Parts: sequence; structure tokens; C-alpha cells
Amino acid sequence: MFAFIVRRLFMLPLVFFGVTLFIVLLMQVLSPFQRAASYAQTENQARNLDAIIERYGLNDPWYMQYGRWLRQVSQGNLGYSRTSSEPVLTTLRKRFPPTAELAIFAFFPIIGVGIWLGTAAALNRDTLIDQATRVLAIVGWSLPTFVLGIWLLVIFYGGFGILEPGRVSTDFLIEIARGGFKNYTGLLTIDSLLNGRLDIFWDAFKHLILPVITLATVSSAQIMRVMRSSLLDALGQDYVRTARAKGLAERTVNRKHARRNGLIPVITLAGFTLIGLINGVIITETIFNFPGLGQWSAQAAVNLDYAAVLGFAVFTAVIVVIGNLIVDILYGVIDPRIRYD
Amino acid sequence: MASVTAAQTANDNQVPSAFRRWWDSKMMKRFRRNPLALVGAVLLALFLLAGFFAPIISPQPNINCLRSIGVSASTVGDIRNPLKPAFWKLVGAAPLAQSPYYDCYTIPRSSFSPVPQSAAESGTILGTTSGGYDIFYGLIWGIRTAFFIGIAVVGFGLIVGIIVGSIAGYFGGWIDNVLMRLIDVIFAVPGLVVAMVIVTVLGQNIFNVMIALAVVGWAGYARILRGDILQIKEQEYVTGAQALGARGPGIIFKHILPNSVGTLIIIASLDIGSVVLAAAALSFLGLGVPVGFADWGQMVNFARNWLLGPPGNPWAYWFVSFWPGLIIVLFVLAWNLLGDAFRDVLDVRSNS
Repeated sequence: MFAFIVRRLFMLPLVFFGVTLFIVLLMQVLSPFQRAASYAQTENQARNLDAIIERYGLNDPWYMQYGRWLRQVSQGNLGYSRTSSEPVLTTLRKRFPPTAELAIFAFFPIIGVGIWLGTAAALNRDTLIDQATRVLAIVGWSLPTFVLGIWLLVIFYGGFGILEPGRVSTDFLIEIARGGFKNYTGLLTIDSLLNGRLDIFWDAFKHLILPVITLATVSSAQIMRVMRSSLLDALGQDYVRTARAKGLAERTVNRKHARRNGLIPVITLAGFTLIGLINGVIITETIFNFPGLGQWSAQAAVNLDYAAVLGFAVFTAVIVVIGNLIVDILYGVIDPRIRYD
Repeated sequence: MASVTAAQTANDNQVPSAFRRWWDSKMMKRFRRNPLALVGAVLLALFLLAGFFAPIISPQPNINCLRSIGVSASTVGDIRNPLKPAFWKLVGAAPLAQSPYYDCYTIPRSSFSPVPQSAAESGTILGTTSGGYDIFYGLIWGIRTAFFIGIAVVGFGLIVGIIVGSIAGYFGGWIDNVLMRLIDVIFAVPGLVVAMVIVTVLGQNIFNVMIALAVVGWAGYARILRGDILQIKEQEYVTGAQALGARGPGIIFKHILPNSVGTLIIIASLDIGSVVLAAAALSFLGLGVPVGFADWGQMVNFARNWLLGPPGNPWAYWFVSFWPGLIIVLFVLAWNLLGDAFRDVLDVRSNS
């Protein structure tokens, strides 16, 4: 197990070098002036690009530039983002908590609804429940994030005027910015509870409803389908028949013997779900004007803000590699038949 | 002579045609039993027909387009007549800036109204967006954009995937190792992020969107093919071929590829739906095509400005987001229904 983890951690530098090398090579398509913008740390430097081209040798061959970029990153300098008018690293730190909050809140409906409906469909195979969840899953799977998000906004924001985009209402936003509201975790729902402000909690929660539905629909539909088929598979196994034969209650057989085994493929799917969530977050945050990493990266891409896009790509690559590692370890814990050596 | 020909014909009649054999194959029988798959196939056929006959179905294209295909005010009816070359020029128009008929993908404007207009107000079929862009025209010509992107990206990805996959699978060793680690790296980065980076750097146009999606897309096919080849390589008939003196590329092309490419092509073609979706997502983020281009993602992006109606009439602009959204959902649904059915059919375990 230990050897496996170490070997998988070797993946991290590989992905890091692969992704950054690819982007740096790709950048050679651009003129030195365009690239210089991604090296500037402050507004003043950004106005004097000639100095930066000279200083960073942007006319040098790519391998020298790549070495220099690596040295710069190792010193904790990811460049300057024109989109957020601050160093990329600062923005990454500032914008990660809202995105994490969104992803955490989306996680529970994805897993919960997916497993619950998938189980219900498999246990009631070929009944009306099964057919209904099957149609639900295919329709949910076919609802692209950007279409669902826009439709939800047209209905609940434009039409009924109940829920609105953003992270929190303007009144509270001003109050939070003024001070007096302590940021403990950066997650607004938790911080508001820690500050004893139920009104802010309720407001932040309301702002999460639509983005979470948008983000969770596709992923939970996928989990529902996998759960159904893997549980059906498990129900047909000999150990389930044995469990029934020795007189166990149907409920116990389903819960303890079939469902636990049926969950294994669902966990392998979690790695894909993570990648899907990152893709989804970019679009969902853009639609709902939610001030997280995804919204910033999309704006940065449209603004040709290279430093920001590069920083975001490196950041997500690291998250995905670590996420997949955790999934693989969990997989080994849950299924003792798996041996990593 | 005549009698021999007759005998041959009679003989041919007994051997079922290739189409017949395909239609009656176990795979197709299973497929035809699945009612949801049939819904998907019918939907897709409708999309194909609507895309092909776009010149007849859609309203009249804009004046630049008409000029480029060489019709004047008096001969404008030719574009709806399949017997005239003007119709075929429109059918063959590609949504690329290099195409002489590129302008035909720019949605004609019925007015310069600053707000969206309903069907009744503007005299169009589904209404217009702000700036008077005809929604119906955009959706119909958007079908062509969608298929063009989907087929081109999947085709290119397949070619690269087959080349890389067969090299990795056949030669093995360090070549295989390097290629597989490269694929691991590609899989470790969310596709949308890579595509965003590529389009940002290369420039925002439809061709670069296709390049970006193909760069992300080939890796999956290469990995599937490599796995297949590793399995097939161990089969006896390959050893037999080697014993008879077959070497290197000959074995790959004659003995290995024909046995695994068929499934791969089905898997890949079912990806057209998700490729179109990814392209639409990129244009939704503003990274694809300019405003007014017949592209679904761009039209949904446009709809973001019209979530709220005028005071007192909150639902006034529903059609701006509803129709483009609906056509995307139907398109993706069609591919997903087909894909679902084919996955059942191709899954060997469920064949028993």
C-alpha cells in the first residue's frame, strides 16, 4: 500500500511538468509582448512590457524560459493576473474557499440522490420506479450545465424573483466587507454560523440552492446509472443467494451484502466526478456570478490573461492527481480484494 | 453465358446482402428491441435532415451570403430548389473562415431592436434576440455547425488515437510507457481547462475550438485501442501470422487493427454528442465564435443578458433562452439514448 502511494505521488511531478511544459511550448505561439503580460507582478510593470521582455529574456529559446519559469514558481511566484489585478497566488487563495463551499454542498446531493435512486431502481427492477428513474437519469444526464443554469435563473430569478445569482445579498456583502464579521474558514455558511449570524447563513444558503442543483444534476444522474447496474450485478451473485438461503431478512441482505458490494464501482467513478465537478464549476460560477476560481478562470481566458489561466491549470491538475490518489486508497480500503503491489 | 449469369443472380439472392446481415445481426436485434434507442435514432435522423435541408427550412440568409453564392434578388428562389447549384453551394458551406460561404453562418437580422422581440412582434418563427438576430435561423444553421465540429473533432481524434494507440500497443516497452504517461497527464487535467488554454493562446475562432477539443479527445481512443491490441497480440492467429513471416506494420494493419477498430469507431462516433456539448460550453464562456454566429453555445451565452423581463412582465424574454437550450438538450439526449443502447449491446457480459 505504501509503495503504491509513493508510486502514485510520482505522478504529481509528471503531471506538473507535463502540463506546464505543454503550456509553455504553446505560449511560444504568442509574441514576446503578449507573454510579457504574464510575468508582470504589478500594474506598473504591466505598463512597461519592454523592461519585462529584457529582464525575463522572453526572446530566449523556450527551454531557457521554461527553466526560468520553474525557478519563479519554486519561489512561490505564479505571475500577475490582470483579471483580478493582483498576483495569481493571492487570487487562488482568495477564490478557493467559495468554490470549495459550492463543491462541498454539491457533493451531498450527488452522492445521496445518486445512490438512493440507483438503489431504488435496482431493488424494484422493471417496475414503474425503475422505468421512472431510468428516464430521469437519462434526462438529467442530457441537461448541460449551462442550459440548466440559465433555465433555473430565468424561472426562479427572472420569473418568480425568489432566488438570485451571486454569493450573498448586497446588504450583507457590504456588511462583511466593512469588518466586524470574522472569516474563520472562508466558507460563508460556516463562518456566518460561527459569527452567530443566522440571517447571513440563510441568505448564503439560498444563494447556493440553484448553483448546487445545476452542478449536481449531471453527476448524480451518472452515479444513479452506475449504482443501478452494479447493484443488479451484486444481487445476482452467489453470496447474496447464500445470505438469503441462511434466512437473513431481505433488508439485511440488500443493505449489508448487496449494496456494499454494489458501491465499489461507484467509488471508482468518484475520480471522474471530481473532474466533472471542476468543468462544471467553471460554467456554473460563470452563470451564477459566483466569485470562485471557475468564474475567475473563465474571465481570465476571455481576457487573454495567460498567467491566470496557467496558474489555474496547474492548480486543478494538482487537485485532480491528489483526488484520484485518495479515491484509489479508499478503493483499497473498501474492497480488500484489491492489492496494490 | 446468359444461363450462368442467371444462376449467379439466383445464387446471390440467397446470400443476404451486407445490409441485411448487419440489420439481422445480434447487435442490431438487441438494439431494435430498445424503444429508447429508437427514439434517439429518430431524433438524430431529424437533426441530420434539418441540417442538410437548412437552406429550404430556414429563412433567407443575409445579403453577404447571397452575394457569395451568386444569387440576385430575382434568382433568390434558387436556394430552395435542389435542382439549382445555389442550393448545393449552401448545403456544402462549411462554418470555417476559409470557406467562401462563411457568411451564411452569420444569422440574418430582421431589425436593429435593442431588446429581444417575440415571434409576433418580429414576424419570425421563434422570435429574435436583441439586435434582431433570427433565433430559428441560428438554431437550424447551428445544427450544421454542431455536426461539422462533432464529426471533424471525433475524426481527427480517431486518426491520432489509432496511430498512437497502435504504436504503443504493438511495440510496448519504453515507447508504450512514455505514451501512456503522456495520456495519464492529459487525463489528469480537466478537459475544459485544457481547451480553454488552447483557445486562449491560439485565438478565439471555431477552427481553434476544434483543435483544442481534438487535442483533449484523442487520448481516450489511444488508450482503448492499446488495451485491445495488447489482448489481441496474445491470440493464436497473430502468433500464426508471425510464424508465417509477417512483421511490424503488416501485422498491425492486416491482423490486429481490423479486429479492434470497429468497436472503437462506434465508441468514438457516440462521442459526437459530448464533443458538440464541449464546443457549446466553450462558446458559452465566450471563447468560441462571435456574436451573431449560428452556434448554439453562443446563443445561450447571449441569453444570459435577458434573464429579466421589462418591469411588470418578468417572463417576456423566455424564448431567448428556451429554444437554444431545448435544441441542445434534444441533441445531447439523442446521442445519450443511442450511446446507452450501444453500451448495453457492446457489453459482452450482458450478452448472456
